This record gives sequence, structure tokens and C-alpha cells, in this order.
Amino acid sequence: MTDSSDTAVYLYGVTRGLDPAVLGDSPGVAGAPVRGVATGDLTALVSTVRLDEYGEEALRANLEDLAWIETTARAHHAVVDRAARVAPTAPVRIATVYHDDERVSQVLREGRERFGTALDRITGRSEWGVKAYAYPEDDRPAEEAVPSATGGGSGPAGAGTAYLRRRQEQRRRRTEAGRRLSERAQAIDAELRVHAVAVRRHPPQDPKLSGHAGTPILNVAYLLDDARVPEFQALVRDIDERSPGIGVEMTGPWPPYSFIETDGA
Amino acid sequence: MTVPLDVGPAGNGTERVALVDLLDRLLAGGAVLTGDLVISIAEVDLVQISLRALIMAVRDETEEDEA
Repeated sequence: MTDSSDTAVYLYGVTRGLDPAVLGDSPGVAGAPVRGVATGDLTALVSTVRLDEYGEEALRANLEDLAWIETTARAHHAVVDRAARVAPTAPVRIATVYHDDERVSQVLREGRERFGTALDRITGRSEWGVKAYAYPEDDRPAEEAVPSATGGGSGPAGAGTAYLRRRQEQRRRRTEAGRRLSERAQAIDAELRVHAVAVRRHPPQDPKLSGHAGTPILNVAYLLDDARVPEFQALVRDIDERSPGIGVEMTGPWPPYSFIETDGA
Repeated sequence: MTVPLDVGPAGNGTERVALVDLLDRLLAGGAVLTGDLVISIAEVDLVQISLRALIMAVRDETEEDEA
């Protein structure tokens, strides 16, 4: 279907049993219309994009550009999210680009079984994110040391020893606090994961990126049966309420980004 | 603790999605297919490139840097 040599086909994801009309006129990446490429019972959601934005060289530069990443990520997500709310949808990694529709069809044909399995796994389910943050509990004022008779008159050596000891003590306390937090995070996850079909841990988010005031101690995605969502939400709220010094947040429903594995291809 | 649970009703969620949450998923999640045009931008590279861009951008914005 592709016409000229300066365009390519951007793939958002693969769905089953979706009528692409459901997606309406909302544009995808780069403002391009979204359409379906159907092969058997699978439909690939795609847009035609220009190579001067999505060709290899252009992508390299664009992926260094936060504004571009954000715009593209949001557009990609909007398409996948709309589809995932009405039909099982396996999103693909952002910036997956093919030469033309025929290549996309080929990928669907060759990956038919894998996509089938992936879609079976997420049908009637959705992804939910849970993050936990620690807040300074009481203001245990780091007990800045009471320097007990700082090393008598023995000069720099004694002062140095005291300093080192103090540093060591600080480090020990910090390690200890970190260990306790990590145990609490494990406990929260353990309580939640028994309700999930699958679990995937993401790295804790850099506070510089999240802008969050607390210390991130947990960032997990849970794949839930849709029917169990209310119960899960209630549990998260409950854990949040009975966890002093810890805040628990939940996001979702997400398309099953964290639970699609169709390796190979 | 009193932290709002972001469990708003389905439907209007798209606008409120935080970029970090989205990138957690878009860069590390989704089916990994080898596209035709980005062969040399393998999955790992993609993540690294993007995160580097992010972190640099955030650093630029918040000049305060080391608190």
C-alpha cells in the first residue's frame, strides 16, 4: 500500500477482534491518521510516517530530544490505550518502524502464534502500577555525634579516628534504614502479588524525573483480572492507610505494556 | 500516609498519565519486534539513549542540581 520511498509504517501494537473504526479520527504519532492492517484475526495498528522524522538517522537524533520523546510517547500511548480498552491489545515498543504495510502483514503472519499466545494471556486483564514512597519517619536528628572527648591531645590522629568512627556509624545507620525500607517494600509487594496474574518490577523512579518528594522504594506492574480490580484497589488503599511513613500510589488501567513478551522476530 | 490514589475512572486517564510512568512502560515494555529501519538501535540502546536525554533535560531545567 505504501506509495513513495520517503515514508514508512509505524507500528503501535497488535490487536484481535478490533474494529479500527473504534479508533475514530484521533491522530497518532506525528499527527498521522491511524489505520488497521489486518491479517487473519489479527490487526496491526499503524500510521504512515515520514522517513525524515522516523528513518534511522532521524530517530537517532529524535531519541535524544525529550520534547520529541514525550510527544511521541503520548501519541503512541493514546492509540494503544484506546484500542486496549475495547479489545485485547499487545503494544509494541515505541519507534518500531517498517518499510510498508506488506512487511507489517508479514510480521503478523510470522508472529501469528506468538501474538496469539500474548493476546490470550492479557484478554480480560489489565495492567496496574503500584509505587511506594518512604517519607522521613520521625525527625530522628541524625544524632550528630556527641564527640566524647575528641581524642585527647593526640592531635590529628585522634580527631581523625573519631571522625572515621562517626562516618562509619552514619553509614551503618543508613544501611540499616535502607534494609528496613526494602523489607517493607517486599512485604507490600508480597501482599499484592498474590492477587495478580503476573508481576513485573520496574526500577524505582529517579526523584529528579518523577518530581516526587518521597524516597521511591517500590515500582511494580501487576497484571490483574478485570474482575479483581476493585478488590485490589481497596487493598492498596488499605496498605497505604496502615503504613506509617510510607505512601502507596496506584495508576491504571494501563495497556499491558509490561506483560507482552514475544521475543525473537 | 495521605497520598492520593490515582485510580481515576477509566476513560479520561490519558491526559493525566505522568511521563515517567509512561516511559517506564514504553521504553522497557511492549513487544520487542525488530523493525526494518532501526536495526542498529537495539532495545537496550533505545532505553539508554532516551533516559540519557531525559536526565540531561531534567538537569538543565533544575539548575539547583546537588541539593
